Amino acid sequence: MTATNAVLAAREVTKVYGGTQALKGVDFDVAAGRVTALFGENGAGKSTLMKILAGIEQPTTGHVELDGRPARLASSRDAADQGISIIHQELSLCPNLSIQDNLFLAREVRRPYGAVDRRAEREATIAVLRTLEEELDPDTPVADLRLGQQQIVEIARALLQEARVLIMDEPTSALTAPEVEVLFKVIRDLTARGVAVVYISHHLDEALEIADDVVVLRDGRLVATAKAGDVDLRWIVAQMVGRDQDALFPDREALAGDEVLALRDLVVADPANPDRLAVNGVNLTLRAGEIVGVYGLMGSGRTELLEALAGRIPPASGEIRLGGEPLSGTGIRERIERGVVLVPEDRQRDGLVQTMTVGENLSLAGLYKFVRRLFVSQERERGAVERVIADVTVKTAGAKAPIGSLSGGNQQKVVIGKALLTDPRVLLLDEPSRGVDVGAKADIFQLMAAQARRGLAVLFTTSEAEEALHIPDRLLVLARGVVVGEYRRGEINREELMSVSDGAAIGGAAR
Amino acid sequence: MTSTSSRPVAETVQPERAAATARRLSLLNVAFELRAFIALAVLIVVFSVLSDSFLTVPNLITMTKHVAINAVIALGMLLVILKGGIDLSVGSIVGLSGVVAGELLGGLNLGFADLIAYPPVWVVIVLCMGVGALVGLVNGILVTRFKVAPFIATLGMLYVARGLALLISNGATYPNLAGDPELGNTGFGLLGSGRPLGLPTSIWIMIALAAVVALLLTKSPFGRWLYATGGNERAAELSGVPIRRVKTVVYVISGACAAIAGLIIASELTSAAPQAGETYELNAIAAVVIGGAALSGGRGTVRGTLVGAFVIGFLADGLVILGVSTFWQILIKGAVIILAVMLDQGQQRLKRRGAAASAVAATRQPDRPHQQ
Repeated sequence: MTATNAVLAAREVTKVYGGTQALKGVDFDVAAGRVTALFGENGAGKSTLMKILAGIEQPTTGHVELDGRPARLASSRDAADQGISIIHQELSLCPNLSIQDNLFLAREVRRPYGAVDRRAEREATIAVLRTLEEELDPDTPVADLRLGQQQIVEIARALLQEARVLIMDEPTSALTAPEVEVLFKVIRDLTARGVAVVYISHHLDEALEIADDVVVLRDGRLVATAKAGDVDLRWIVAQMVGRDQDALFPDREALAGDEVLALRDLVVADPANPDRLAVNGVNLTLRAGEIVGVYGLMGSGRTELLEALAGRIPPASGEIRLGGEPLSGTGIRERIERGVVLVPEDRQRDGLVQTMTVGENLSLAGLYKFVRRLFVSQERERGAVERVIADVTVKTAGAKAPIGSLSGGNQQKVVIGKALLTDPRVLLLDEPSRGVDVGAKADIFQLMAAQARRGLAVLFTTSEAEEALHIPDRLLVLARGVVVGEYRRGEINREELMSVSDGAAIGGAAR
Repeated sequence: MTSTSSRPVAETVQPERAAATARRLSLLNVAFELRAFIALAVLIVVFSVLSDSFLTVPNLITMTKHVAINAVIALGMLLVILKGGIDLSVGSIVGLSGVVAGELLGGLNLGFADLIAYPPVWVVIVLCMGVGALVGLVNGILVTRFKVAPFIATLGMLYVARGLALLISNGATYPNLAGDPELGNTGFGLLGSGRPLGLPTSIWIMIALAAVVALLLTKSPFGRWLYATGGNERAAELSGVPIRRVKTVVYVISGACAAIAGLIIASELTSAAPQAGETYELNAIAAVVIGGAALSGGRGTVRGTLVGAFVIGFLADGLVILGVSTFWQILIKGAVIILAVMLDQGQQRLKRRGAAASAVAATRQPDRPHQQ
């Protein structure tokens, strides 16, 4: 890989969000006519780097080069005009508009006098959908499509722009196996025509299959590049996780005590789409001192499962018992007081109040403990906050520091600390390692192990296979709201886990 | 991967420079933080120079009396804005509260047995505050239970409350609220004309209310819940904060505060007009915003809101003293509000840049990645 055929490149790119440094001096080349697969754990900086290459974000320092010359990509529109398109991880479609209107949004085909040429748009829409082997009416509102079809519309939109560089950030997260096959065929057509493709996927084997070049990011740094033919999955995983792999996963003995939490036939409707069951009949018991993991991909129902346990969404049917007492009909607040607390998946959206200090965030859920008569006892609150900052090893200038001044990992520790400050019996963590660096990840797993030793029952979800295999004493594999497998630690390896989870997910999607 | 030899546009920020930038930005930040105070100080200096009568004790007291009415409404508004809402109905509640006071002091026809009740003044005050709180409760229920956007819900109640005031009074002003010693309902006028310890009652009310709201915001769990709900409702809910109760209560308090303002006005004039308080909601919002609160919620203080009310009040009265035309006064007030919000945006940007600069300064120079 040489600079001569690099169409698009990042040069010493650094990106800082608030107090978090997402990229630390990255040099990254994209070659024409090749598929560059970008690997890295959650929070390694993959999406940030792609957003910078696509003009959505500006680098804090460093710059982007197009055809070997420094380029300024002021916006995604600007980048698109220069031949760079991106397919987003988060779908960026307007659900109220039709497929056709979405495909041509802000790029409408105009007639000479300015009106939209709907007929030309319609023909182009039908043609591009045919390339993707999708039989869809261009007038269908995007809201009526299932997730996988929406993703195909997103891909179609990028194809229509006839870009020279096409960035695909998790394009297949909701696609079925046959749809992925079609997408790969399209990608090979594109590269044969000289288009440069950047490919990011959670499914490592899938990404390796389509890749020509392999690039690995870790903690915001580019740590390795290689030809796809020279490396295997094991090498990629080793590069992604780094040398700290042993330190990352603490050794522990399972110490299961009394049963604390029990679910029977839990059914939860999808809050966004009440006709769909997000969780469909899950049984689970959780014992004191035990760490149980739930491995599941996006849309598997893992978040809904934990939110139903925390009292955020009422289950459609089934039973939840805490220490033998039913929890039904209680809200979030009462469950926190009775000892069930959730560390949500998206800490920015659900975990932290950005306008408050570190200390105020930490004490928010346990505030009721410090109330004396009408007022919050500052003394008690301060004491508890200082203690938990030390316990969860938050690196901060102090309890009065603004929450935004902390790095992603430390912000996550604050969310966990907030939950621990309520003295829970059951700690629920939804993807606790999402978007944090390797060091903080290790701290978070140590913390979970330490809490389990103190007798807490810990239930966490993950979409990282390595975590699922090494952290929990017991692992449930969740797909389409159903537990498709349950294993003790060491009973299953990476390949088996992948095939159990993918097989179940595809089996359902292909219904 | 080979590296290019020259990079014409690479603008690399060195950690040392970033640290200096962070320090400079934090100094600027302090100036921004105090901008409302600075604005108030500038106003006082300018008006004192331009007019001999501005900086005199009687004038300051008169101006503060005017400020007090807006400040009382604005303190309630602050709570609603902290939640991320808005209360447009307060001006109408001012009018409604005065009208209810007028009606009650004029005698309450109980209908049965030909009885007309003349409630004592303290009962009148409590009932009027109750009416304001009730309007606020309706606002709160509309917003929380029926998910009506706060702007729309309170806009609707702006008309409903005003309509009620006009219906009760039949459009007429209650000319005499002095009461009758024989009926035992005198003393209403003291609210407006009384001067305990040399200061008008309304100023004392403002001070007391400010103290109560400040205590509520900084010391009580409710205050913490309110800041959290306004800052991130989802995170607050998941932390067990009873967000619906918090959201309802702020409208109730806001309505009660507006009712108090209505009572003060009616008492000062010893008459009550159903049109009283028109557009007062806008002055209250302006005071809160000039005081540094974010309309998106979660950010704002009692101190800032009070200073904001003083800026608006002193600006208006100062321009009157200078003989500036009313038309110019209106225009200047608008410009000041816009300027305040622009400065606020600037401060937020500054804060983010400061945080980014400190983060770069905190990390060592990135070591070179090893490449294959």
